[in-house]
Amino acid sequence: MQSLLRFLQRYHFTLLFILFEALAITLLIQNNNYQNTSFVRFTRNIKGRFYDQTVKIEQYLNLREKNRKLREENIQLRNFIARNLDTEVDTFKRVIDTVYNQQYYYIRATVLNNSIFRQHNYITLDKGRAAGVRPEMGVISSEGIVGVVRGVSENFSSVISLLNSELNVSAKLKNSGYYGSFSWTGRDYRYGKLQDIPLHVDVSKGDTVITSGYSAIFPEGIRVGFVEDIQEKGGRFLELTVELSTDFKKLNNVYIVKNLLKEEQKELENEFTAQ
Amino acid sequence: MINYLPRYILTFVILVLVQVLLMNNVQLGGYLNPYIYVLFILSLPFETPKWGLLVLGFILGLTIDLFSHTVGMHTSACIFMAFLRPMVLRALEPRDGYEPETYPSVRDYGLGWYFRYSGILIIAHHLFLFYIEIFKLSDFFQTLSRALLSGAFSLVFILFIKVFIKK
Repeated sequence: MQSLLRFLQRYHFTLLFILFEALAITLLIQNNNYQNTSFVRFTRNIKGRFYDQTVKIEQYLNLREKNRKLREENIQLRNFIARNLDTEVDTFKRVIDTVYNQQYYYIRATVLNNSIFRQHNYITLDKGRAAGVRPEMGVISSEGIVGVVRGVSENFSSVISLLNSELNVSAKLKNSGYYGSFSWTGRDYRYGKLQDIPLHVDVSKGDTVITSGYSAIFPEGIRVGFVEDIQEKGGRFLELTVELSTDFKKLNNVYIVKNLLKEEQKELENEFTAQ
Repeated sequence: MINYLPRYILTFVILVLVQVLLMNNVQLGGYLNPYIYVLFILSLPFETPKWGLLVLGFILGLTIDLFSHTVGMHTSACIFMAFLRPMVLRALEPRDGYEPETYPSVRDYGLGWYFRYSGILIIAHHLFLFYIEIFKLSDFFQTLSRALLSGAFSLVFILFIKVFIKK
């Protein structure tokens, strides 16, 4: 108490000055627009910086927790990959996997070369024998079927385009299930024809044509195109003009279809035809 | 000191009126304002208590502020000046101290002494005033030159008043 009094006695002038000056500056800031706004801006700035620092410190202190969470997430993702993606690379695993009974396996490929204006059009893809591509495999895109692999080298494969008059694909009408032989018209890259549909089948324009799955090249249900025109041919069958769902002019990403059970199917079929 | 109270009140009123009515409208070179009202604090007697200086500074500044719509600006500058006055007086104290019955004036202590005394306090007041007016440090040197030039003008005015008008 004594020392406090002495302190006050000694510094009362300075303290009084600070008091008065504080009062004056308070008046200044309260009554003058410009000083007020700059004062507010200044304090807001300091506040912002302070919060910035505290957030940084908080983040630093939480690093351990964050690390743990990231590790857990990492493990989950790794497990997910091991479960879902790693196994697909190993095709043998899938064949003996009776739980999934997977019949088709897809290889992603990119179109390197493509022609549409010739009578016999071919496509070159960037995946070959090394990626597991073999002749007679189907090629599809996200829009519909593309063609069938004809020859493979180590890293490339040549595909008979659907726009090739040599290629016939087994296709069916999605509505009724009647199937026929699909081939290219040979003229326009946008149209093909579906033959051998019985006369009595009720077909209308716009019906969807899909693969039948009989040839063991394509899975069942891959889109081929849509019925554009219906014509009677030879008195017993219809010939349908089909607009292709795949746009061959801007083909880029395709999938090569590997039928894992093809050998088995072929073997069984051959056994009976041989008899 | 009681005897001089009416005289100081009169000085106060005259200085405030001159400052508000005349000097506030003087703008030398576009931005130099002389502030002669600080003469009131300069001319207070030596015996004035320190707290009295602060109170009088507060009242003087606030009065000027109320007339020029700058509440707090002159007040804070005047308080600052009042705070410095005892220190300046101590620093400039003659060897044998200040005589009783004398005032801080040209007549009692000479022009040289008064020049130093008022110069220091006026410059301090003007610096404080101009920086609190601009309220930022970005135009530091421009504000500095404004404060110093205005201070010089105020000093000239005050010396003029001291020497020729008020004996």
